[in-house]
Amino acid sequence: MADPQRIEGRLSRRRAVARLLAARARDWLVVTGLGTATYDAAAIADDPLNFYIWGAMGSAAMTGLGLALAQPARRVLVLTGDGEALMGLGALATIAVQNPPNLGIVVLDNGAYGETGGQASHTARGVDLAAVARGCGWRNAARVSGEEALESFVERLGAVESWPFFAAIAVRDDGEERTLPPREGVFLADRFRSALGLPPS
Amino acid sequence: MAGQAWADEVFETLKRLRISQVGYVPDAGQARLIARAEADPALRAIPLTTEEEGVGLATGAWLGGARAVLLMQSSGVGNCINMLTLAANCRAPLLMLVSMRGEWGEFNPWQVPMAQATERVLRAMSVIVHRAERAEEVAAMVEAAGRLAFSSRAQVAVLLSQRLLGAKVFVAEE
Repeated sequence: MADPQRIEGRLSRRRAVARLLAARARDWLVVTGLGTATYDAAAIADDPLNFYIWGAMGSAAMTGLGLALAQPARRVLVLTGDGEALMGLGALATIAVQNPPNLGIVVLDNGAYGETGGQASHTARGVDLAAVARGCGWRNAARVSGEEALESFVERLGAVESWPFFAAIAVRDDGEERTLPPREGVFLADRFRSALGLPPS
Repeated sequence: MAGQAWADEVFETLKRLRISQVGYVPDAGQARLIARAEADPALRAIPLTTEEEGVGLATGAWLGGARAVLLMQSSGVGNCINMLTLAANCRAPLLMLVSMRGEWGEFNPWQVPMAQATERVLRAMSVIVHRAERAEEVAAMVEAAGRLAFSSRAQVAVLLSQRLLGAKVFVAEE
């Protein structure tokens, strides 16, 4: 099997996330899956309206769904990795059925489990997450590969008809230093709710 | 769905608790409750492919200022275990209604191991457990569990005993 990190066309993960979050509008809420998605979002710009998940692998997309349904006037971006998305694959079916107009899922697909030694994930062994999403009924589901494709993907995010969307961005890990945001769940949840103007309970 | 009159009371209780998202995995014991949720345009009924999806859903709902309830069978509790971390770490309110199988006149042995572990597993993950044995106590118990969950940021499961729901009958007794 080819080393997933060496496949041509893969974007720098950190730069891809930076480009994506540069397009963040003020109404966006961001939920990150455990691992590098959380570190990248924190490294680029910590924000009280980022909710970082540090565990509960496979829960990021569904957390995004609950949030998107609760906050229909805002847009929710779920940013996660291929391993995390694979662990909650059924969520793609569940979310497609609900078809929330304000939810987008971006999978940073490096084809590997970066936190545990870089073992090849299923996406490096032939599984196409965007095709799975399409099969579940997502109309906007794409694999984003290369600078031009990323640019055109990000430019379309401003358009209402681009949502909901699923995108698997082909990325590589350039070994950036990890930026660790706070880990305390109560703190992160209360900070997030407070930024939305909600009380602690 | 015969004999599920308690489900109408529970449904009204969920409305009173301002629940707006009902995540569920289909379940005969709560079929009437599920049907009521699906039929009510003021609620979002959300069929899940696996129960653990519901823990993320409920946490996300609460992060956004909404309230969810999860409906499942005892077997589904096993699917939720690690996901309960999300609610526990954030002290996110969680309200689960769990139909028990495998404990009272159960026909299918495959339901028994998880059913017998359900309460212990929930408690092991710091979920507070209420258990309803009689139909007439269910609605009040759900109301109390909901208040505990949403006012005190607790994770609470209401177990609906198989005796209450009635054991499923597939075949005539041997």
